[in-house]
Amino acid sequence: MIVKLLSGDQPRSKVLTTLLLLILICLAGAPFIFDGVRPLDTAARICIFIVLVASYDLLLGYGGIVSFAHTMFFGLGAYGVALASTHMGRGFDALLVGTISGAIAAVVLALLIGLFSLRVRAIFFAMITLAVASAVAVLVSQFSGITGGEDGLTYKIPRVLTSANRMGEFLGTRISGKILNYYLVFTASLILFLLLLRIVNSPFGRVLQAIRENDFRAEAIGYRVVWYRTVATCLSAATAAVAGSLFAIWLRYVGPDTTLSFEIMLDILLMVVIGGMGTMYGAVIGATLFVLAQTYLQNFMGSASEATAALPLIPDLLDPDRWLMWLGILFILSVYFFPTGIVGRLRQGRSS
Amino acid sequence: MTAAPDHKPTFAQISLIEQLDKALPILLVPILVVLGFLAIGAPSSWLTLTVSGLAMGMMIFIMASGLTLVFGLMDVINFGHGAFVSVGAFVGISVLIALGEWTGTASLLLNISAVFLAVVAAMAVTGVMGWGFERVIVKPVYGAHLKQILVTVGGLIVVEQLIHVVWGPDEIFISRPETLKGAITFAGAAVEKYRLLAVGVGLVLFLAMRMVLRRTKIGLIVRAGVENGPMVEALGYRLRMVFIGVFVAGSALAGLGGVMWGLYQEVITAGMGEKMMVLVFIVAIIGGLGSVEGAFIGALLVGLMQNYVAFLEPKLALVSNIALMTAILMWRPQGMLPVVKAK
Repeated sequence: MIVKLLSGDQPRSKVLTTLLLLILICLAGAPFIFDGVRPLDTAARICIFIVLVASYDLLLGYGGIVSFAHTMFFGLGAYGVALASTHMGRGFDALLVGTISGAIAAVVLALLIGLFSLRVRAIFFAMITLAVASAVAVLVSQFSGITGGEDGLTYKIPRVLTSANRMGEFLGTRISGKILNYYLVFTASLILFLLLLRIVNSPFGRVLQAIRENDFRAEAIGYRVVWYRTVATCLSAATAAVAGSLFAIWLRYVGPDTTLSFEIMLDILLMVVIGGMGTMYGAVIGATLFVLAQTYLQNFMGSASEATAALPLIPDLLDPDRWLMWLGILFILSVYFFPTGIVGRLRQGRSS
Repeated sequence: MTAAPDHKPTFAQISLIEQLDKALPILLVPILVVLGFLAIGAPSSWLTLTVSGLAMGMMIFIMASGLTLVFGLMDVINFGHGAFVSVGAFVGISVLIALGEWTGTASLLLNISAVFLAVVAAMAVTGVMGWGFERVIVKPVYGAHLKQILVTVGGLIVVEQLIHVVWGPDEIFISRPETLKGAITFAGAAVEKYRLLAVGVGLVLFLAMRMVLRRTKIGLIVRAGVENGPMVEALGYRLRMVFIGVFVAGSALAGLGGVMWGLYQEVITAGMGEKMMVLVFIVAIIGGLGSVEGAFIGALLVGLMQNYVAFLEPKLALVSNIALMTAILMWRPQGMLPVVKAK
């Protein structure tokens, strides 16, 4: 049963299995295990980013395609929900319409970009997605009449999902709509993740991997490389858009900085590479570690910076705002030395 | 024995259409200028916009030329190229601020020498940085596009953050040297002096680069290397050394572009290189990766397009460039003047 749920792609390492189970248990029981608002927010963020990173891994790790437009698709989903909720009023129908239209927009855009650039040269894709994504980000901040510009949009979601909805106590924790909302995010993320796992372990996923390894040969065997790459792009875009919708439902706010910025694109890249390219479990490990680090490591760096305040330059290097630099260094090193990431390392350790 | 097949060589001139097709990329710039005139109507604002479009195009070309040659020569795509633009701008502007007395007076000689020193400092720093970047970041990942993209993006992040560490997190405002401020009025149109200077510098650089590539031995090796690297190596040239030279020169040019762009905008941020990369990539793609002439035409097109559209419909400036790229890729999927690869 479990093997079937995982589409036959087992973790294949004891440490990895333990880690994954730990993450699953912590996320599933987050409202009851941890106290307060911040851990719950972190847990929801982890769920959403796992889906987002996994969908990016479908492209980068399995397809060998580098895209810089993933945040654009993420943003399309988020803005879909935001706009629908603003114009249709609070309600589940607005959320549904927003999610679906966001996903459709993402697929159409992905199809256009894909047909255009994947046809010529895979390397064009990276550059063209970068250009298109930045154009979309500029458009969103300029058409402030529709999108709220730099300030973004704040809107109302159904009352059932807000903390105003109290539903008694369970295991010593007050059950509110917020927790219901969390479980909506958690369940949807879990389903999406298992779906992605299904996709990469299907014949389609195998062909994609073959194309990554040697596109010329795959073409010679008779697979239409452009078609497979384009479909992978569309699938990944649609999943990213749904993840964006979940993010919008959870935050009740959408703005360029939280959904469209290039920084988030870099975060996604880091998560994929650190967790491990070409395996869905890498997304789980990478996203969890990264979001935890983002939330808690910056505090630690702040105290380290204060502790070394007397020394020259070092406090500047340890400033919490500079944590991206350390991640950048970590990123370069992991591309060189652990191209298979944490998961690849764990799996290797078992076989040797 | 069969008779030899009839062979009738034709000496007909190539048809007008074919000639036009060949020359069209070069004709596109004047066509765009004329279209801009028709769309804008007022000659004075058209002239102002054309000059600023050309100035912007020249600056983008300076940044893009290194990137496109590096790709042509070694198949290396450097997403960290924008880091050199930022570093160049910061170093150059710091020198200019340090030479505040020179830039503050209205003496042309002192102003120009201050800018010259700033440019030299910026190019020296970015050149050395380019050498280090090639050594540490690019060299271990030759031949693997995916890793190249990832690693150079990582390098971009680290360099950008280091700028924050050295120069602080805030943007720096700068005013141009006294004699470069203000505008000349020509035929009723105000043309900023600095833009004229930028056009001049860009033109001189382009012609010099063309000279080096067409008339010198090293240029010959570079062009041959772009077309067929293994063959050049078989003839005994160490292409790797040439490549390092081109990488360093390209980085230094990016630094020069950074200083010029910083003075043009009169404000510099650590993220400016990253923002410029979008335009630089568009230019490299529509010009044809590896082609310096293509990048020149592409840069002028992008600069003019950006300025005309920003005047007509400010919100669509960047989108218009994407549209331009789309149109050109539909017409020529490999870019306007693609380099013929013998590989």
